[in-house]
Amino acid sequence: MDAIVNLTNNSIDFFKTVVEFAPKFIPGVILTLQLAFFSIILGMIIGLVVAVLKLTKYKWLKKVMDVYITIVRGTPLLLQLYFIFYGLPSLGIMIDSFPSAIIALALHNGAYISEIFRGSIESIDYGQREAARSLGMTKWQAMKRVVLPQAFKRSVPALGNQFIIAVKDSSLASVITITETMLLARQFGAATFNVFPIYFTAGVYYLIITMGLTKILSIVEQKLKVNER
Amino acid sequence: MSMIEIKNLHKYFGELEVLRGIDLTVDESEVVCLIGSSGSGKSTLLRCINFLEEKNEGEIYIDGQLVTVKDINEIRQKVGMVFQRFNLFPHMTVIQNVMEGPLTVKKIDKNKARELAMELLEKVNLLDKADEYPAMLSGGQQQRVAIARSLAMEPKVILFDEPTSALDPELVGEVLGVMNDLAKEGRTMIIVTHEMGFAKEVADRVIFIHEGQIAEEGTPEDIFDRPENERLQNFLGQILV
Repeated sequence: MDAIVNLTNNSIDFFKTVVEFAPKFIPGVILTLQLAFFSIILGMIIGLVVAVLKLTKYKWLKKVMDVYITIVRGTPLLLQLYFIFYGLPSLGIMIDSFPSAIIALALHNGAYISEIFRGSIESIDYGQREAARSLGMTKWQAMKRVVLPQAFKRSVPALGNQFIIAVKDSSLASVITITETMLLARQFGAATFNVFPIYFTAGVYYLIITMGLTKILSIVEQKLKVNER
Repeated sequence: MSMIEIKNLHKYFGELEVLRGIDLTVDESEVVCLIGSSGSGKSTLLRCINFLEEKNEGEIYIDGQLVTVKDINEIRQKVGMVFQRFNLFPHMTVIQNVMEGPLTVKKIDKNKARELAMELLEKVNLLDKADEYPAMLSGGQQQRVAIARSLAMEPKVILFDEPTSALDPELVGEVLGVMNDLAKEGRTMIIVTHEMGFAKEVADRVIFIHEGQIAEEGTPEDIFDRPENERLQNFLGQILV
């Protein structure tokens, strides 16, 4: 009997804490959304540029891009964040925490997204490029008008994956003093010692964001599929 | 007047010499069919003409102008190409496919491009499919769109690379019909084909290519009724059984 009363009281406390702290997370959630949004948009631009540069005939450009991808993929994101925020100032380059986080996350996502784009660009039938070129298009026109639109469509499922990773990776920005969702959770937890409901709330916010993103992506995917058999 | 002049064309794939000194002149309004067994180099020859394959040796003149890699984009506007596997742009509707060349390359006005595309689709009998995507069309319809797409650039020569080889037998006729119309309009065409009946009917000249060289050429009657070259006799024997 005691055990049941205890459990009931505990769950009431639990939900009380959740309800109390849920609104307090909003500023952090907004920061999480901002970090994710900018790192995804910039990551896409970086990814596209890197993927296209890697396919040009200039070998040295390809080498440079390979070095970038190797460094970003081969080191932890945590280290990259520390490097930009705490490391660069010793070289005289001072960047505020928020732009530092955006730069680190965008460069990180950009490397992965460039490989997604490269894969889907290379998957487009070579006959498409030949048909475009035989109409008299330049290489760049063929890329822009014929190859990239098709490649982009093919890359949507893999991009969706990367976007979700980007949302979750934004939590690492907490280590460079950005009070996004995870850092708030840590602060609230330390202040109240009521860790479980607080991390639970943070988890729900992340799930809402990633599930929303998944939904948006599946709508985009459906829209793009229209002209296929 | 000669529309295309090829002098001593050589092409290697690695060690393999695929074209071994081709000399060929095609006059304006002439329809030339290239025949030969697979691997003989006939498709490679066609692809060398608009530089989809880069030649190793020799000279190509189109409309009196020596073709170099530098001005290839300009030359390609004069040389239409129709592929075995159509290569329509799947993310564009039929009419967008036809308008794409004039819009992007020639930068002509959108309304003009649409008008031109409509005209060409009517010519290949596909006006009713203008707003469909290629995936909704049969192979024969797709190939007719591809022909309209190449015509939209108003080319001086059209190259056909086995245009009916990827089609179901019952769809071959509609594509050959369109090609026949083009020939009657006096267009200059070079056609790589396995359709001997078509070659016989439409070609002004038939060229038999064997192991990267022109083994025999002549009128369809010469080639099909009085073949001299032993290889050609064998080839025709295998095909016309």
